[in-house]
Amino acid sequence: MSEVPVRPTRENPAPAPGILAPGYTFTTLTDKLAAIALSRRTPLVWFIGIAVGFSLSMALLGALGYLVVRGIGIWGVNQPVGWGFEIVNFVWWIGIGHAGTLISAILLLLRQPWRNSINRFAEAMTIFAVACAGIYPAFHTGRPWLDYWLIPYPNTMGMWPNFRSPLIWDVFAVSTYATVSLLFWYVGMIPDLATLRDRAKKLSFKVFYGMLALGWRGSARHWARYETASLLLAGLATPLVVSVHTVVSFDFAAGIVPGWHATIFPPYFVAGAVYAGFAMVLTLAIPLRKVYGLQDFITKKHLDNMAKILLATGLIVGYGYCVEAFMAFYSGNTYERFMMFNRLEGPYKHMYWLLLFCNLVAPQVFWFRKVRQSVPWLFVVAMIVNVGMWLERYIIVVVSLHRDYLPSSWGMYHGTIWDWTTFIGTIGLFLALLFLFIRLLPMISIFEMRAILPEAKVHEAEE
Amino acid sequence: MPVPRLYGLMAEFETPQELVDAAAMTREAGFTKLDAYTPYPIEALTEALDIHDHRLPAVVLGGGIVGGLAGYALCYWTSVIEYPLNIGGKPFHSAPAFIVPTFETTILFAAFAAVLGMLALNGLPMPYHPVFNTPRFALASRDRFFLCIEAKDPKFDHDATWAFLTTLKPTVVMDVEE
Repeated sequence: MSEVPVRPTRENPAPAPGILAPGYTFTTLTDKLAAIALSRRTPLVWFIGIAVGFSLSMALLGALGYLVVRGIGIWGVNQPVGWGFEIVNFVWWIGIGHAGTLISAILLLLRQPWRNSINRFAEAMTIFAVACAGIYPAFHTGRPWLDYWLIPYPNTMGMWPNFRSPLIWDVFAVSTYATVSLLFWYVGMIPDLATLRDRAKKLSFKVFYGMLALGWRGSARHWARYETASLLLAGLATPLVVSVHTVVSFDFAAGIVPGWHATIFPPYFVAGAVYAGFAMVLTLAIPLRKVYGLQDFITKKHLDNMAKILLATGLIVGYGYCVEAFMAFYSGNTYERFMMFNRLEGPYKHMYWLLLFCNLVAPQVFWFRKVRQSVPWLFVVAMIVNVGMWLERYIIVVVSLHRDYLPSSWGMYHGTIWDWTTFIGTIGLFLALLFLFIRLLPMISIFEMRAILPEAKVHEAEE
Repeated sequence: MPVPRLYGLMAEFETPQELVDAAAMTREAGFTKLDAYTPYPIEALTEALDIHDHRLPAVVLGGGIVGGLAGYALCYWTSVIEYPLNIGGKPFHSAPAFIVPTFETTILFAAFAAVLGMLALNGLPMPYHPVFNTPRFALASRDRFFLCIEAKDPKFDHDATWAFLTTLKPTVVMDVEE
């Protein structure tokens, strides 16, 4: 890391931190980034990480296995709270995924070259987060072996899905999102897989990366089409990512439960998703750059930019909270008003106040440049936001359901040990997949990093 | 032992600028069957080689249109013709509700068209290609820039082309065997 030796003054300002440390060439950059995947030496932290991730994944397997045997009664869900942890976690994970697409697609369209070092693992994060999210609705059906009934196909039962239901929209939105994210991620990796193929020493690695690279040879004609395809995919992924959390919010907004039935939900959910996602990108990027010595590529400038996005989306989320409260009173609807009072002083009030602290108060420290430049602060606030966004979904799902119209049907909900095991298990699965990815595939986009090197600048050919 | 046929001649450059200039000069010299190999996309090179192929956006547009029509047709056929369900008195043809699946299939088909179309137009996957026979070619994915004039070029003559490439001041000129 380049630190400023003299105290900056107005006449002699400190140089703005760049998006890439100086001194790299095509050769050194390629070798350093390719070595992460090709090196024989694996950092000890990796083994610890994969061990934790794998163990928790096994716990997930156990919890899901027991669920299949006993049914979803082992979870805390019952009347009136039929949607508990599983839907909370589903929305939380899906939301986390959104930052990956935002970084890879929207920032590409906006020509933000600082994204080039973080887009690859943010996209990987998207895919793994969506994989974790998908587990929940799949098992929440109660008979996961019949999940294929959700797919419209001609069958001997003569039955078809109901396309007026937001739940079937969700099937379409989430499965499309998972597929397109996977395509985008893989296509983005092809040139780097070719680099790994060419740099690998062992035949088995050459074959492994060679198969995945599809014979990529960096032809100018190929690059031209490749760039077109990337831009088009980015253009397609941008409305897609907005649609996904919009559709997720329809799962709630199309219902008549007080606390769900609100028109602010789609934009508020999308902003919340980006907010949660950037918090997770920071949570992952900060330890990764330390362990793998990537401070030259994921610089303080990146962290600073991400903190700014966190602050901006956090304010949009805060606006969402305000509108929810305002509408509850402005509507004049008794049940809406009660819902708001119940959040503020009902049995789950400590969660609501904690939510307000986590999502509204904590990120305000990012107004200060010093805080945005401080790695420990960033990490702590990002963790707080991760918790806050989980609480937000808990408030929306559980607190809305537990007291609706009829006081005689009110009830309380608490997650059971199986809910918690499943939740922590998916975190383990996420970590395990992420560590495998870091070990085997190029975690930073090598070819896009080459393009931002100073020596990559080319002016038009001299005719 | 059969003599390997020649695929073309390859010149290696150290910087992208040299390659872009060389590509432009090669085209000016009248060569048409040539390609450049670089470790990252260079927009100026696309210009210098005069690469104009606008088929991919059309393929993607086609994919999107097919996807959109297919999605809406699926919703309509299912909900109106094959399996009409009365859900809260809503019309069988609930167009607003069909927007979401239609939108998703539009994106899905267009994305597949973009990826598969790009791969197909690029002729990938292609595990074998003559350029890989050049031992130094592995550097094309690292830090070197290559220009290849193919033997099928009408102007191609081994010695003359070799001499021409040398005038472009590459670090090295190599035969590429088929």
